[in-house]
Amino acid sequence: MTSSSDPSLWEGFAAVIKRDLLLAFRRPGDILNPLFFFAMVSTLFPLAMGPDPEQLMAIGPGVVWVAALLSGLLSLNSLFLSDLEDGSLDQLILSPQPLPMLTFGKTIAHWLVSGFPLVIISPLIAITYQMPVQTIGVMVVTLTLGTISLSLLGSVGAALTVGLNRGNALLSLLVLPLAMPVLIFGARTVSLAATNDAVAAGIYFLAAYCMLSVSFAPFAAAAALKISNE
Amino acid sequence: MMDTLAMGGYGAYVWSSFALMFIVMVACVGQARGRQRRVYQDIEKRLRAMEASK
Amino acid sequence: MWNFIQKLGSPPHFYGLAAKMIPWFAISGLLLIAYGTIAGLFFAPPDSKQGDAFRIIYAHVPAAYLSMMAYTIMAVTAGIGLIWRMKLAHAVAAAAAPLGAWFTFLALATGSIWGRPMWGTWWEWGDPRLTSELIMLFLYFGYMSLRAAIDDTAKADKASAVLVLVGAVNVPIIHFSVEWWSSLHQGPTLIKKGGPSIDAAMLYPLLGIILGFTLFFGALLLARIRTEVLHRERRTRWVRNMILGEST
Repeated sequence: MTSSSDPSLWEGFAAVIKRDLLLAFRRPGDILNPLFFFAMVSTLFPLAMGPDPEQLMAIGPGVVWVAALLSGLLSLNSLFLSDLEDGSLDQLILSPQPLPMLTFGKTIAHWLVSGFPLVIISPLIAITYQMPVQTIGVMVVTLTLGTISLSLLGSVGAALTVGLNRGNALLSLLVLPLAMPVLIFGARTVSLAATNDAVAAGIYFLAAYCMLSVSFAPFAAAAALKISNE
Repeated sequence: MMDTLAMGGYGAYVWSSFALMFIVMVACVGQARGRQRRVYQDIEKRLRAMEASK
Repeated sequence: MWNFIQKLGSPPHFYGLAAKMIPWFAISGLLLIAYGTIAGLFFAPPDSKQGDAFRIIYAHVPAAYLSMMAYTIMAVTAGIGLIWRMKLAHAVAAAAAPLGAWFTFLALATGSIWGRPMWGTWWEWGDPRLTSELIMLFLYFGYMSLRAAIDDTAKADKASAVLVLVGAVNVPIIHFSVEWWSSLHQGPTLIKKGGPSIDAAMLYPLLGIILGFTLFFGALLLARIRTEVLHRERRTRWVRNMILGEST
């Protein structure tokens, strides 16, 4: 049980986030690769479909969202993998802080290096897709909520598949069905913003889904980690 | 008779739906029986091999 | 009574008992399915709005209902297996998955066929019920893939149980989607305030075939659980005695 010399709940939480961020910054590829992937996938569509501005404007929200989803999946695999490989996963599970708190911390760190940069550069992509300026604000809000949900749901999938052969493909298969509602509401809401329709409902839904994910994903991921690490 | 088959013009839709229903039923039964047979035979083979090597 | 339940948890007893129960479920189920199909196809009056096309309801509704029932069974048994560590509960979940996937496919396919003449389209991407049912099909695939990827049975049980529970939120979404959002799909006909809103001559074959398919599903499920139990117990003495004993 916890003694007074053990780090407190918040100290453990902060320590996990700090550690993951440090590790990520030591390997910039971990941050930059998914980001480049996001940018490149976004450019694939105009290349394939031609530069017609009306068409681009129509597909813009969808493309940005799908690219964000795929890029997120790409970076999820490594969420727990390096910990498994160097033995820190055992330490995490055994530590006195509740494991859900620690998985939540890791997930936040993951979002800070994967989802957050994506949200930052998304306006650039939006401009290349001729998306009207009023939609960019909505897009940033929905992408923020959506990528957070994705990181949370992805943490559950990553915990279930860590260490499995070809776990990466399986991870995508597990996470995508859960991510579909996010994609639907996210992309559609941005499209609605382009025609100046009401976006509140979509944003509320995304926020609700995000809250739901925050509530259960850390616990599910913790349970899955313990199972995977047996 | 032809009226029944025609189903008021929707014949193709109605009959293909029920054909699918029937196919899925058969597939489920076949899959369950196939698995049972395979599992049983695998165990039997292994047990007999163990008996033979005694 | 408690003795009966305890015996049920014992694999050899379950194996024998299930074998006896399956024919009862199967035959009664098939008879009811036959009644529902024949009465629904030939004796129910045509619908005022949809004509004879409405008859697809007799193939579509049981499939849709069972697709959700199977997932619910999986979620409940997964929870039981995780909390009380009952191996048999995990075996039930594993057995139900392929069946649930088949019925989900059937529901989507018959629904699509029905949608073509009624809504003018084979598929409607914006529809919440169609989308959430499709998501459930993917959840089934994910479940089966995860199980297949983990060699250790106990580990596979627990991991897939977590997955099933995470996806369980989708089932009420499917059911309530037609009430919460605007959908091409019609609202609930049977389970709603005020009772069923469908003509009696159409209702009875529908109830009959729903019950029939439930019994049929029960028979299939028992058979698959039986196979699961046999596989999990393959190194035990009772299996050895049964298999070697039967063949002498």
